[in-house]
Amino acid sequence: MSFLTLATPAAARRLFLGQSGLMLSGAAIALLAGNDALAAKTPDGVATDIQILNTALGAELEAIAAYQLGAESKLLQKPVLDLAVTFQGHHKEHADVLAKTVQKLGGKPVLAKAKYDFPVEQLKSQADVLKFAAKLEQGAVSAYLGAVPLFGNRDLAKAAASILGDEAMHWAVLRQALGEVPVPSAFMA
Amino acid sequence: MKLLAAAMVSALAVTAAPARAADAARGEQLYARCVACHALASDRVGPRHCGLLGRRAGSVPGFSYSDGMKNSRLVWDEKTLDRFVARPMAVVPGTSMTYDGVPDAKDRADLIAYLRKAGAGPECAGR
Repeated sequence: MSFLTLATPAAARRLFLGQSGLMLSGAAIALLAGNDALAAKTPDGVATDIQILNTALGAELEAIAAYQLGAESKLLQKPVLDLAVTFQGHHKEHADVLAKTVQKLGGKPVLAKAKYDFPVEQLKSQADVLKFAAKLEQGAVSAYLGAVPLFGNRDLAKAAASILGDEAMHWAVLRQALGEVPVPSAFMA
Repeated sequence: MKLLAAAMVSALAVTAAPARAADAARGEQLYARCVACHALASDRVGPRHCGLLGRRAGSVPGFSYSDGMKNSRLVWDEKTLDRFVARPMAVVPGTSMTYDGVPDAKDRADLIAYLRKAGAGPECAGR
């Protein structure tokens, strides 16, 4: 049974999570938001962590805008539309917790741009939107993968890895929706 | 003696083996790692890649760069890109490109070959 044929995104998500044996929880949020996880190691380390979090925040804010574009394009049909809105909700949660963490570390969270430059002229069908979203999600997995080893605070690295897992699931689901092999390889780079 | 000569010929053959040509098509696949933040023709979390080779670092008009990048005094060519992509934060301290880097030299060469090819392609025309 395809989870894309289920009536609600929640049901699709439950099925997907159940089948994959994975479960997202509030652990990442607790890790990011907990004061004990934010104990400063060195001023340089904290500054670097703030920069990493802010770069991730910028990408999350852009992903939110990209899903908004997809949702408003009238190109997405249910249940794909519901799925896109659900994924956008995850990115909103990521952005929220990243911004709060930057603030707790004494930094200034980046803000959403007034305007994003997306390739709107190339989005002519549901498949185009899904491909665009899948590319962004794949890139996000690589971006978090490249960021995780850089954190000075290992708790932040762990929390970022939790977000990475969520982005990887988005990518797999979008590939499945496109009729592609959902998980094309054993490793990500 | 014959053995020595054979060994020398063999060593020379290894030394003279042509370097593997960078593979832009493979580089395009590797570019998938970059697209959370970059696009060829538009500024995103990172600046556009059209026109990258030959450009002074931190110089795309209207893009908000880190001070580290603005002050890096780098000009992007194969060499500087290779160094930067290998270890962005070590080469440009303070860069917003908080990415651990592409450790494999072959991957970097292919990626740069793709950027060069794409920069001359239709998507980058006039960008």
